[in-house]
Amino acid sequence: MSTAPMIEVENLTKRYGSRAAVRDLTFSVKRGEIVGFLGQNGAGKTTTMRMLSCFMPATSGTARVAGFDVFTQADEVRRRIGYMPEGNPLHLDMRVREYLKFRARLKGLSVARSRERVDIVTEQCGLGDVASKVIGTLSGGYRQRVGLADALVHEPELIILDEPTKNLDAHLTRAVRQLIKDVSRDRTVFVSSHLLPEVELTCTRVIIIHQGSIRESGTLDELQRKMSAGQQIIAELAAPVPDLREAWEQMAEVEHFEIVAAEGSFHRCALTPRAGIDLRPQIFELAKARSWPLRELTRTRHSLEDIFVHVTRREQE
Amino acid sequence: MQPFLTLVRRELGMCYVSLIGYVIVAAMQFLLGLSFIIVLQALVNKPFDVPVTEAFFNNGLFWLVMLLAPPIITMRSFATEKSSGTYETLMTTPVGDAQVVLAKFTGALLFFMSAWLPLLAYPFLLKRFSVDLAQVDTGALGGTCVGIFLFGTLYTALGCFASSLTRNQIIAAMNAFVLGLGLFLLGYLTHILPPKPGWQSAILQHVSMVDHMKDFTRGVVDTRPVVFYLSLTGLFLFLTLKVVESRRWK
Repeated sequence: MSTAPMIEVENLTKRYGSRAAVRDLTFSVKRGEIVGFLGQNGAGKTTTMRMLSCFMPATSGTARVAGFDVFTQADEVRRRIGYMPEGNPLHLDMRVREYLKFRARLKGLSVARSRERVDIVTEQCGLGDVASKVIGTLSGGYRQRVGLADALVHEPELIILDEPTKNLDAHLTRAVRQLIKDVSRDRTVFVSSHLLPEVELTCTRVIIIHQGSIRESGTLDELQRKMSAGQQIIAELAAPVPDLREAWEQMAEVEHFEIVAAEGSFHRCALTPRAGIDLRPQIFELAKARSWPLRELTRTRHSLEDIFVHVTRREQE
Repeated sequence: MQPFLTLVRRELGMCYVSLIGYVIVAAMQFLLGLSFIIVLQALVNKPFDVPVTEAFFNNGLFWLVMLLAPPIITMRSFATEKSSGTYETLMTTPVGDAQVVLAKFTGALLFFMSAWLPLLAYPFLLKRFSVDLAQVDTGALGGTCVGIFLFGTLYTALGCFASSLTRNQIIAAMNAFVLGLGLFLLGYLTHILPPKPGWQSAILQHVSMVDHMKDFTRGVVDTRPVVFYLSLTGLFLFLTLKVVESRRWK
């Protein structure tokens, strides 16, 4: 297996007429990663995924999957990816097993091999009970599993899932999410979503796309650190206000502070540190030295949601 | 080859598993049976001076079947895949565009031809119940089969083309029907226009499908109509392929 990145996208642009759906996209996904592709509706997620799965060409720029160009070596790419489009379209008139076999044969598996693989993915996706049912009669959750089983049936190196948990209730979403985690153990997963918890729970890395271009990318920790400029330290100390004021003013790392009275003799101090320094040890030392009772010391971290809102709002303001 | 066969099987499965397939076959059989009865009644009154096959095919009901069935069979081939989104799952598998087009065409053509199969019983019925055993000529029967097949290939290809243009199957069927009817009626222009020697009427004579079928049902298989049907089939398949490929035009 080569060490080349699984997905390599360079300056990918797609225009519909004069409107650019995707603009100058550049990113890469390493083998074995689970990457979340996050963006609002209409941000260009589906367009990007369609280009990666060789369904439509880019206006300019290149994209390579496992080292193969998606435009000039489309067949090689298609053999290596399992793609589940948005809305999970299926042949509703077919039975589950029949459909999976049909798809396996279409993807070039031999009769014996396709039978074997269909057995495996049926088991893996929990479709054993409904294998002989007509897909049209299945519930949304089962259909989603059928779509996932289809994406997995030919043992692709890369799975591309476009909004896999759209329109599913919380319980099913969780089941599908777990399934994605399970199957991602030995392959690369590229999954899009407009829901944050989704990405937060399943992915190792996130790419945030807004209005056709990438706004942020990195692991969850990296993103949170990047956004730490806005983080705050909350300390609840039992000390007189003037003393607290003096202490914070003396502390060079504190950029800004607010003191609010809390119950008892405690005061709640919200401190904004300079350049994302973690002030907590210093505050603890201070409280110890002055023997101020300390009952809370926390750092408020941005959730992915804050990051997302922040990143996507920048443009609109 | 494997994806092609898999797709053909799927296309046929779609026709035979669904109700619509049987509705088409039943409707075709009803109309053809009616046409058969008309011929039988005519036979009872007086012996024919033309082959039975010609009498059978030279009536409106036969042409109704010929012109209506292919658009209805092919209307779903691309249009439903597009509207349901399965077109995307299909086109992201390692299957060539040409394979998809040929498979859809072959599937529809096989279904169309299979719908004619009950017709094979008619000659036997005729032989069993008619006094004049010479009524049914093997050559004429063979020619008829060739005619139906050729007509079927052209109209199926045309239907596939119409279906590839839209995501609505009703529009696909109507487009195919109108295109097909237009092509069919071209031949009738010779009856309307004053017969004037020149290249115009020469061309019109060559595209008259009624005349072609008259030849075929007499057992005459001329290469000119064969070339005409096959080349037009090729043209429409080529156009369909281009429409399918256009998705990947930059």
